[in-house]
Amino acid sequence: MKAGSAPFRISPPLWLLAELTYACPLQCPYCSNPLAFARHRAELDTASWLRVLREARALGACQLGFSGGEPLTRSDLEVLIAEARRLGYYSNLITSGIGMDARRVAALRNAGLDHIQISFQASEPVLNDYLAGTQAFAHKLEMARQVKANGFPMVLCFVIHRHNIEQIELFCELASRLGADYVELANTQYHGWAWLNRQTLLPSRSQLEQAEATAQRCQQRYASSMKILYVIADYFEQRPKACVNGWGSVFLDIAPDGTALPCHSAAELPGLSFPNVRNASLAEIWRDSAAFNRFRGFDWMREPCRSCPEKHKDFGGCRCQAYLFTGDPSNADPVCAKSPEHQRVAALANAAGNTPARPIRFRNSCNSRIFTTASLSDRLKGRPRTG
Amino acid sequence: MAALTMQTIIQLAPTYRLQWEQAQDAYVLLYPEGMVTLNTTAGEILARCDGIHSVAEIIADLQRLYPEADATAQLTADVLEFMEVAHNEGWLCAI
Ligand code: SF4
Ligand code: SF4
Repeated sequence: MKAGSAPFRISPPLWLLAELTYACPLQCPYCSNPLAFARHRAELDTASWLRVLREARALGACQLGFSGGEPLTRSDLEVLIAEARRLGYYSNLITSGIGMDARRVAALRNAGLDHIQISFQASEPVLNDYLAGTQAFAHKLEMARQVKANGFPMVLCFVIHRHNIEQIELFCELASRLGADYVELANTQYHGWAWLNRQTLLPSRSQLEQAEATAQRCQQRYASSMKILYVIADYFEQRPKACVNGWGSVFLDIAPDGTALPCHSAAELPGLSFPNVRNASLAEIWRDSAAFNRFRGFDWMREPCRSCPEKHKDFGGCRCQAYLFTGDPSNADPVCAKSPEHQRVAALANAAGNTPARPIRFRNSCNSRIFTTASLSDRLKGRPRTG
Repeated sequence: MAALTMQTIIQLAPTYRLQWEQAQDAYVLLYPEGMVTLNTTAGEILARCDGIHSVAEIIADLQRLYPEADATAQLTADVLEFMEVAHNEGWLCAI
C-alpha cells in the first residue's frame, strides 16, 4: 500500500475451489491443469481438507467446488461433502462422470451434495471418446440420467474448440433430451494444456461468429426449459474478462498438494511463492501472504490500466494471460485493445484456422513428465507463434 | 408465465437455496456455481416464500416487520413487483 492511498479493504473469499487431485482417467487436450501435474507432491489428506473447509467457511466462503483432475478418484469425497453440508456450503461437484455409478450418485446425494456438473467432450461417442482419450460417452449419458433421477439440478458443460464448435446445436439438443437445467457452452480458456495445444484448438473467427449466433438461437428456443450460458472466447475480443473478479477478491483455489492460489492457473506465474495450507492458516494466507496481495486492488497496475476509467470493471484482466503473451504478469491483459501488446493476441486469433494442423498433445502422465516443474516457466516463456 | 395473485402460494424453486450469511450480513440465494447477494427487503420477502403462505399473508407479515412503511398499497405494489421479477428469474415457483 502506498502512503496516502485509501486503505484497501480485503473482502472475504466467497468461492472456494478444492482441487482434490490431479488424477484423472481422461486426457482432454484443453485441460487447465498444470503441464507438470505428474510431478506434483502428495495430495492433502482427509484431515487437512476438512480443516481447509472449516477455515474457509469461517472466512465467509459459501460456494464450494470440488474439482481436479477427477474428484471422484478420492474415496473420501463423501466425507468432505458431508462436512461441507454441515458447515453450510453450497457444494458443486465438477466431474467427467467417470468414477461413479448409480449407487455412488445416490451416496453423494445422501452426503448432502447440492449439484453435479458433468462435462461432455462432444455430442456423440466417436469424437467424445477421441478427445477424452478413453471410452466415456455412454457412461456419461447414463450418469447424467442418474443425476436427474436423484433430484440434483443438472448442469451439463461443453468445452468448445475448433473440433467441436460446429456441434453447438447438437449439444443443446442432447442437454434438452437429458432434461438439463443449465448448459454451459464454454469456449476453451487457454491455460495449461489448452495453451500447449492452442494452435490446434483455437477456432477460426468465422466458426466463432456462427457459434455465437447458434448459441443465441438456442437460448431463445430453450428459454422456458433451460438456461444456456455461453462463455466467450476472449482472444477475439477488445476488452479482457474480469478474471476471478479481481485477484484475491472473492476466489480461493487450493491445489491438490495444498498450495493456495488466487486463480487456478496462477502457479505458472514467475517470481511468486504461493503459500501452502500445510504451513499456514487460510486467514493468514488470504489476508497477509505476499502472493495474495501482489495484484490485489489497483496500486500494482501500470499504464495503460493505472489511469484507465475501466479498471474497476475488469481489474486489468487476467494476470496469467499477461504473462503468457508479454512475459510480465504486471502488464495489462493483452486481450485489451489498449495494451501495446494486443497485436500478439490478435495475430494468434486471426491466424486461427489457417495454421497447418498440428498433432494434439493429450493430457496424460507420459506427456506431463516431459515438463519438469523447473523447466515449465522457460518453456512457456516462448511467445505464441502464429505462423 | 401466469401472473401472481394475492392468493397464490409460492415457494423457492427447488434448484435454489436461500441462506443467511454472517460474513456478508445478508441473505444469499445459492444455485449451481452461482450466488446472488440480496438486499434486506428482497431477503425478507424470499425468506417468507415457504410454500405454505399466500402472497397476501406474506405482505401482511411484512407490514408487521416494516410498520413505518408507507401506505399499504405501496408496500403491496413493491412486494408484488419484486415477486414478479423473482418469478421470472426462476427463483420462485407457484404451487
Ligand atoms: S479437463 Fe479432462 S483431463 Fe482435465 S481434469 Fe477434466 S476430465 Fe480430466
Ligand atoms: S487498459 Fe487495463 S483496465 Fe483499461 S480496459 Fe484495458 S485491461 Fe482493462
